[in-house]
Amino acid sequence: MEQKNYTKHFIILSVLLAVLFFVNISLGSVSIPFKDILNSLFGGVVSKESWETIILNFRLPKAITAILVGSGLSVAGLLMQTLFRNPLAGPFVLGISSGSSLGVAVLILGSSVFGGFLLSSSISNWSLPIAASLGALLVLSAVIIAANKVRNTMSILIIGLMFGSLTSAIISVLAYFSEAEQIQQYLFWSFGSLGNLSWKELSIFFGFYIVGLLGTFFIIKPLNSYLLGENYAKSLGINIKKSRNIILVITSILTGVITAFSGPIAFIGLAIPHIARLLFTSSNHKILLPASAILGAIILLICDCIAQLPTSEFTLPINAITSLFGAPVVIWLLVKKKKIFI
Amino acid sequence: MVISKEKENFYINILIKSKENIILKTENLSIGYQSKKAKTIVAAGINLSLKKGQLITVLGKNGIGKSTLLRTIAKVQHPISGNVFLNDKNLHDYTNRELATKLSLVLTDRLPESQLTVFELIALGRQPYTNWIDKLTKEDIEKVNIAIHQTEIQHLKNKRFYELSDGQSQRVLIARALAQDTEIMILDEPTAHLDLHHTIQIFKLLKKLVSKTSKTIILSSHQVNLSINFSNYILLFTDNNLHSGIPNELITKGHFDNLFPKETVNFNRELQQFIINNQ
Repeated sequence: MEQKNYTKHFIILSVLLAVLFFVNISLGSVSIPFKDILNSLFGGVVSKESWETIILNFRLPKAITAILVGSGLSVAGLLMQTLFRNPLAGPFVLGISSGSSLGVAVLILGSSVFGGFLLSSSISNWSLPIAASLGALLVLSAVIIAANKVRNTMSILIIGLMFGSLTSAIISVLAYFSEAEQIQQYLFWSFGSLGNLSWKELSIFFGFYIVGLLGTFFIIKPLNSYLLGENYAKSLGINIKKSRNIILVITSILTGVITAFSGPIAFIGLAIPHIARLLFTSSNHKILLPASAILGAIILLICDCIAQLPTSEFTLPINAITSLFGAPVVIWLLVKKKKIFI
Repeated sequence: MVISKEKENFYINILIKSKENIILKTENLSIGYQSKKAKTIVAAGINLSLKKGQLITVLGKNGIGKSTLLRTIAKVQHPISGNVFLNDKNLHDYTNRELATKLSLVLTDRLPESQLTVFELIALGRQPYTNWIDKLTKEDIEKVNIAIHQTEIQHLKNKRFYELSDGQSQRVLIARALAQDTEIMILDEPTAHLDLHHTIQIFKLLKKLVSKTSKTIILSSHQVNLSINFSNYILLFTDNNLHSGIPNELITKGHFDNLFPKETVNFNRELQQFIINNQ
């Protein structure tokens, strides 16, 4: 498609992302001089060894996690909104995040309910993202099947919400039969957190993430044709079933792995694509995909900065901050904007 | 009867030629809707041979199967039974991509609300030809501009599709189908929401496209008058039958007389139009 030139937009956003990345790293309960932060990042001499550990093993992985989570959820949200041609679709609204939660719950809580082979000690780094992705895929497939039967987009959203409560109910039942220790483990996970990831976990996270993200390059064409509706897309030579399945798998991987490592995070997937559309006034996915990814990363870095309550020792759950930010955006979109685009 | 060799060749040539001229053929086609529980047949036993380079209009009252027929020959929905042949190849054997280079569509579907510009929307018509990342080549851009030129919408090029009036958006959708560069174009009620002026403009445009590009254009319409005026060939759905022929032939055979119930309107053969029955 012939396009306006958005290079300037992207350069500004990239600079903003880089700045926020450093700001995010420099904030925390321990105040560390900026010089020492730079030195520990770029291999210089740091005044205190503990500062280097804090930067390299805690703050740096957390900032990277924020970028991965923010961009991944935004891309997943964009894919859902285009696939369902519904501006209110998103990993959280459609119950996909709940699906991931179910996968994690079965893994953590199920070990005490079913016992035996699912012992919690056997939960490896890999099983968590795989369980979460499978859970996401399960719910997303169910939503897709339901969406095929009911064409009405409002009904699809309600069906998504119903799947969400259904999975919550199953999780409650599982929790009822579980031991306190496991319930606690699950609860802490469900609050959502960007921290606590080791470099090894982060590398697994990144592996899944990059597979999902690179996959989106191959569906730019069908995504753009979906802007005309399914019949037109088909008449343009798009294989509806195949492209839909690819979108389904990518969304499941992204949502699944993100939810596995940082808990169910609300609103980012729903709100960011709309902000991208507002800023770039485009519906072309060649523009919207990178725009949503960068904006999502930026917003989540900001949310994380706020969550740390700078200079205090407390950290708020990231989920609370994203909701505080996201809910008003969605309300504003619905009330103020006459047209909501996909 | 003895036929000279020369004459025989002449007839064979005509036969071959007329066969070559057929772009779309249906064989014992039944159309309708099929679900697990029930089968609704809208029309059955349809045998059509449609020639290249014509403006063909499908007429008939609401709900009689015009859209179903168009959607079936465009492979948007499947036939209940029978076959459709496009250029002598069964529609069933075309891949989506292959068909996309032969047949383009203008549907009644409402487009999802997006921020696509007119140019971007028309350029989507080039998708069957673009590479995996949808990069427009010089040729693609040229085809898009030709389509914009042919439909006379240069002034709308940079507008957003959602800003357009019904008449304008219909022209843009036709331009999109043109950019797809296909032999055959199928339009489902392209004048449905338009006033008389814009309706005539669309008919004129389609007529012009047929004569200038030698495309085959099939449309459905409720505009009996205009269809008789502009079409080369008409498919006329009446209560029990599907009649086809050139407009005058259908009129003299009296097929238009049965298009609508007599108590509401009567067809006047001289005026070639329906007169309201005031009784």
